[in-house]
Amino acid sequence: MTDIMNTVSAWAIPVLVVVVVAYAAWKRVPVFETFVEGGKEGFAIAVNLIPYMVAMLVGLGIFRESGAFDLFVRLLEPLTSLVGIPGEVLPLAIMRPISGNGALAIVAETMQRYGPDSLLGLIACTMQGSTDTTFYILTVYFGSVGVRNARYSLKVGLLADITGFLVSVFVCKLVFG
Amino acid sequence: MINKFWLFFIFIGTIVAAATGNMGKLTQVILDNAQRGVSISLGLVAILTFWMGIMKIIEKSGLSAILVRALGPMATFLFPSVPRDHPAMSSILLTMSADMLGMGSAATPIGLKAMKQLQELNPDKETASPAMCTFLAMNTSSITLIPTTIIALRGATGSLSPSMIIPTALVATCASFATAICLDRLFRYFYTRREKND
Repeated sequence: MTDIMNTVSAWAIPVLVVVVVAYAAWKRVPVFETFVEGGKEGFAIAVNLIPYMVAMLVGLGIFRESGAFDLFVRLLEPLTSLVGIPGEVLPLAIMRPISGNGALAIVAETMQRYGPDSLLGLIACTMQGSTDTTFYILTVYFGSVGVRNARYSLKVGLLADITGFLVSVFVCKLVFG
Repeated sequence: MINKFWLFFIFIGTIVAAATGNMGKLTQVILDNAQRGVSISLGLVAILTFWMGIMKIIEKSGLSAILVRALGPMATFLFPSVPRDHPAMSSILLTMSADMLGMGSAATPIGLKAMKQLQELNPDKETASPAMCTFLAMNTSSITLIPTTIIALRGATGSLSPSMIIPTALVATCASFATAICLDRLFRYFYTRREKND
């Protein structure tokens, strides 16, 4: 199981890159020029992320260094240990459905604090990669067409998020624990 | 919502700092973390530039069109109420493939177009149609094959193996996607029955 996972993670990106470039070349797409054209957007995305990262890291830094974070984790310990979620990733689980970039900043902070390759860091990354920003998507998508009654959409989205979190914790513990 | 969250962090944090005598640290914490926020974001420039370049090649070469065709049967199963040749169907497919490739915010404009076209098919303009609910369920739990941004972030924070989370994220994303689709069907059944009885 772990061997398969290791192979997948080692091969996925190189294989994707070579398949994409080879196919595009076969279709006579000027690969280099196209790459450069697309690559220009990368800088803008990173720069747009700056205010989110600064806001979230400062907020979280205050919360953590003051001792409030530890208090929060210890307070919820009985609840989180019941379902097997480490309390340290709880703020991420709460933030994930609310703001994508906000959650990404929490993931960054978690990795800086515990190390990107630590179990907590890996759980945080897996959580972030497993679902999308439920509240944001519901608001923007339904708002754009004027639908006011979203029926059961929010319930479905949040329950799917919770499943994603629990499975993330479980799989990471199984594979990396 | 995010406003309350942020306010909570700062407000509670400051109060606890005052109570525990950690106030002296806070100014430095603010300065340090702001600095960190900037350096992490800028640390993403390299790999994001690379991914955006690859994405452009995927788009221009017609590879995304292949993905769209491959997803066709799945979409007709998920959206039985949308006619196969309706423009909404192709927008739905495009959104699905953009999600799969981890395009994140780039998928939003296509998704909004799909919503507009689904609204044309919707008899009650203020209430979400079943197809819309399924589309939203699909989007909020989006399947991501390669979570590019997180891999980039892992690289920027000094991971020895940034791609290590691809398989675990894939398992988790499939689980949340399957849950969303199943619950969508289940809730649709119960809601439709209840609304009929009213």
